[in-house]
Amino acid sequence: MKNKNIIYTAIFVILAAVLPVFIKAPYQLHMLILVMMWAVIGTSWNLLGGYAGQVSFGHAAFFGVGAYTAGLLVFHFGISPWWGMLLGPIMAAIVSLPIGLICFRLRGPYFALAMLALGEIFRLLFINLVSITNGARGVLIMPEITSKIFYYYVGLAMLLITVFVTYLIVHSKIGYYLVSIREDQDAATSLGVPTTLYKNFALLPSAFFTGLAGAFYTNYVAFIDPHIVFNLSNISVMVILVVMLGGVATTWGPTVGALIYIFLGEIFRTTLGSANVLIFGILVCLIIMFLPNGIVGELNLIKRIMSRKKESLTGGV
Amino acid sequence: MLLFGQTVICGILLGGMYALIAIGMTLIMGVMKIINLAHGALVMVGMYVTYVCFKEFGIDPYLGMFIAMPVLFFIGCLIQNYMINRLVEVDSILPENQVLLTVGIMLVLTEAMRLMFKSDYRSVSTSYSSSTVMLGDMSISVPMVIGFIIAMAFTFLLHLFLTRTDTGRAIRATAQDRDAAVYMGVNSSRITMITFGIGAALAAAGGSLLLPLFYLWPDIGHLFTAKSFIITILGGMGSTMGAAFGGLALGIAESLGATYISMGYKDIVGLVIFILVLLFLPGGFRSLARR
Repeated sequence: MKNKNIIYTAIFVILAAVLPVFIKAPYQLHMLILVMMWAVIGTSWNLLGGYAGQVSFGHAAFFGVGAYTAGLLVFHFGISPWWGMLLGPIMAAIVSLPIGLICFRLRGPYFALAMLALGEIFRLLFINLVSITNGARGVLIMPEITSKIFYYYVGLAMLLITVFVTYLIVHSKIGYYLVSIREDQDAATSLGVPTTLYKNFALLPSAFFTGLAGAFYTNYVAFIDPHIVFNLSNISVMVILVVMLGGVATTWGPTVGALIYIFLGEIFRTTLGSANVLIFGILVCLIIMFLPNGIVGELNLIKRIMSRKKESLTGGV
Repeated sequence: MLLFGQTVICGILLGGMYALIAIGMTLIMGVMKIINLAHGALVMVGMYVTYVCFKEFGIDPYLGMFIAMPVLFFIGCLIQNYMINRLVEVDSILPENQVLLTVGIMLVLTEAMRLMFKSDYRSVSTSYSSSTVMLGDMSISVPMVIGFIIAMAFTFLLHLFLTRTDTGRAIRATAQDRDAAVYMGVNSSRITMITFGIGAALAAAGGSLLLPLFYLWPDIGHLFTAKSFIITILGGMGSTMGAAFGGLALGIAESLGATYISMGYKDIVGLVIFILVLLFLPGGFRSLARR
């Protein structure tokens, strides 16, 4: 089983690496770049939300901090935003320390609400601290590189690093501790798992890679404002839905979720016009109701249903 | 002093209307133990129903709310019965599945409204929209006073309903201990359905009262979701009276923040208070009253 997974992963990586040879149109590449970005955010959310069971409604805070670090480097100091790819995630990780200190005193729904409130506080702060952040006018940068293929490979590298690090964490002792916290925090505590410490171990990389995606967003899109990068429904909530769609607590679930989210969103946008988010919302409701662990998480169930359908078909004919 | 008085009174009036919305949320939270993140969206739908009544049929917003409430009661019952109740039996990795479903519902409601009414800002202008009454030297907006009085009347009626009627007692029993309530012959799935309906109807009532004061657009729901969960935590989960006081407290805190700090930081004040209460007073005002 493990060898099989490695082979699948290798096939995926090779496919992803040679894809730009076949797809040259900027539009399709743009879609794929967005998929990479969302997959990174989803994978890092999944580490905290999926494996450790700490559902965070405030990941936009880390995304925004990463994005703004890169943006403000240019805005104030004229330093290339690519340094933001390094500093952004570090800033996001630093910001996550006090957030973890505050929020991990709370559990379950209370934790979710506290994170939601913190995410909103960040948005309001970045709007109002005009002298530092340029307020709601946002930050506009002049990208040095415009080739989509370049961004595609940066995104791919980012995704692979994120998935690899997450995989390492999850399959180490920390990962088992995190799952034990998710399944039963009291039991984990009584067995000697320092729960708060290990939740912070999950939050730190999670914030780091979300910040990385944020810095990448600044470099790629070249314009940020607080309403975009700290958005509650378009970032914080959407990342949860992306992970739910793909599969909670699975290695490639968030990537699958991001693929579906971006491409389905695009298909709906072209065919249904302004109804696209509505259809997506309905789809999310259906997934949560009927496939509560996401598409990758319920793969066995889906396979069973598929094969049963085939059988009944051949039997009928 | 004049400014201070006006700020506090304005906060109390606004807070009374927030409280009505939050009471709906606290009822749902108490009985079903879930955070209903679709609550603001329900408020928003209620506002749109009242808005349509006003624009198409010329019904005054304060009368329109009596149309919006049954409509939202019905929508709430449907959501609870066919969507959220289903999830009770579903086995999933994340325990917060029902909360996430309410997020999905919020998305659907918001986008459905956007599809129907576009993202335009809309407002209701009645003859009394901008009129004021003078209290000493302080001028107070008439729609706020009317809204506050109606909101308080509803809060009182709800209190009577919860303490005096059989259904109300069953709701409180289910909130206290679901299993025990079932043993006593309470049909818990019917009760949760009614509770969600009442919660949605109260949300609609609060929204209709705020309609003459706020602009209306599909994303306004987020604002009310945030406010109502702040109030709910302030007052203590599942406590009606706590939510009423929490609403007043948030209203006052917000308007003091708006007057003395800055308009932009108004919303931060509420959120900071919220986190402080979560950390240092997890039971809310209710736990203070018990001490």
